[in-house]
Amino acid sequence: MPDGLPNDGFVIVAKHDCPTCTLVEPVMQSLDRAGPLAVITQDDPSFPSGVGTVIDDHDLQRSFQLKVETVPTLIRFKGGREVERTVGWDRAEWTRVAGAAASGDGLPAWQPGCGSKSVEPGVHETLVARYGDTGLKARAIAVGEWDDPIEACFERGWSDGLPVVPPTDDRILRMLGGTERKPDEIVGSIPPNLAPCTVEKVAINAVMAGCKPEYMPVVLGVLEAALDPLFVLHGLLCTTHFSGPLVIINGPAAKAIGMNSGVNALGQGNRANATIGRALQLIVRNVGGGLPGGMDRATLGNPGKYTFCFAEDESDPDWEPLAQRRGIPAGKSAVTLFHGEGVNGFIDQKSRTPEELIRSLAMGLFGVGHPKLCLAGNAVLVLAPEHYKIFKDGGWNRRRIEDELYKALKRPGSELIRGAQNIAEGMPPSFADKMVDKFQPDGLLIVRAGGEAGLFSAIIGGWPGQSVRDECQAVTHEIR
Amino acid sequence: MNVALKLRDPTAETSPTRRARLAPPPSVAGKSVALMDIGKARGSEFIDRLEGHFKKAGVATRRYRKPTNTKVAPTNLLQKIAAENQLAVIALSD
Repeated sequence: MPDGLPNDGFVIVAKHDCPTCTLVEPVMQSLDRAGPLAVITQDDPSFPSGVGTVIDDHDLQRSFQLKVETVPTLIRFKGGREVERTVGWDRAEWTRVAGAAASGDGLPAWQPGCGSKSVEPGVHETLVARYGDTGLKARAIAVGEWDDPIEACFERGWSDGLPVVPPTDDRILRMLGGTERKPDEIVGSIPPNLAPCTVEKVAINAVMAGCKPEYMPVVLGVLEAALDPLFVLHGLLCTTHFSGPLVIINGPAAKAIGMNSGVNALGQGNRANATIGRALQLIVRNVGGGLPGGMDRATLGNPGKYTFCFAEDESDPDWEPLAQRRGIPAGKSAVTLFHGEGVNGFIDQKSRTPEELIRSLAMGLFGVGHPKLCLAGNAVLVLAPEHYKIFKDGGWNRRRIEDELYKALKRPGSELIRGAQNIAEGMPPSFADKMVDKFQPDGLLIVRAGGEAGLFSAIIGGWPGQSVRDECQAVTHEIR
Repeated sequence: MNVALKLRDPTAETSPTRRARLAPPPSVAGKSVALMDIGKARGSEFIDRLEGHFKKAGVATRRYRKPTNTKVAPTNLLQKIAAENQLAVIALSD
């Protein structure tokens, strides 16, 4: 039992802010006269009045140690051990535990208590970190009292270049509260070092990325998708190309955590978009050991390697969302991971019919990688609302848009082979007599996002590694 | 060190908790060595001797001086040293 409490007697845990605690103040005074009593008060050392032993529990240590969830809580100790407990105000119960001195004559027979401050959201984890057993297995790193913890994280190489949230025990415990999965469960092996990554390590890096606990199921889903062998995360990390993981979230999870699929969907400003993508990158960096200049050999990289994550706009019931197109049942949440090189803006403010816009989009998509290269990498087309409206008004759905784009993206190989158009880059000579697709079958992923105004869509080029279709593709996984 | 905060290691824990010093270079050939006078008495004599040894070995050196020995070196001086050299000798003169 905590220090300062009677070995044989009563303990009441209360707070002044609780109407039931205030109601039973006369009962506490009566009990104090009858026998050894200590009142542990959570918010006001002057409450209750007229009681000899009032213990200030502003730090909530005693409330935590006594596992108090409701105030008032009346506990009877005998020989230093708890033998009875009741919560709230119930005359019959209090009388049973403490006798006639606790009868509270004149009070109503019953009144429910209030929540203990020690179990308020966010507080409990802090108390576990301070006074309990966190159960965390990651090794502790001490930071001196004169050191800035954010700078300490930089110095240890844990950052992507932006400040990280220092991973303290209370923050990690709150993050772990966002998932039902056990902290010691291994999610997978993170390249390039193929280091096993537990849910706890995911939580630590999610804290550092700035995630909220409710993002954890999505972060875990993103990581599991990234570890799908077909995604080839190791290769994507160590490529000299620009690409990094692009994360697209579909389904109710995106709405539940407030992801942005609207204005500035590919830009800054939304916490979930920003931190979920960042968490994946930090896990690769910290757990996998994938450091720029180390195994990450990007010639230039791209800003999306800090974070690149958004949700699809699923507000139009006529639109088949990307996840459903890729086999996930409607109503389920899913993550699609693509090897994205960055945003290439597509402007068309003149097309007014689906046919015009398809030809125009195809011209833009030819530029992915190189205008003369085909089947050398895929693309994501982020269709903005005003461009989509042209298709919708023309009665075109997703499947029609895809089919028409594929047709528009065929060109004679004679224009594309090496040396054609006086440009050395191009397709091998064997393509000279063929009609050549720009992308692999199912290699063009169309997703809806963006603000209502602006005839601006976005083309996100892929990675040459996708050219070996059986070995490397975008992946879509349901979020559990 | 008085510990104020405990963080949890986000890595795979394959490196020690204390950061290791950078390994000495296999050779100083072709490198420039920074010699900074931290401003303590007779420090310049110590650096003169070091400079002489480096010179004999054919190693380029550059000299720097802190404005005062009571405070840490200003950031722009550290940046200048890092930009102009590949190695630095860190030493006290007393």
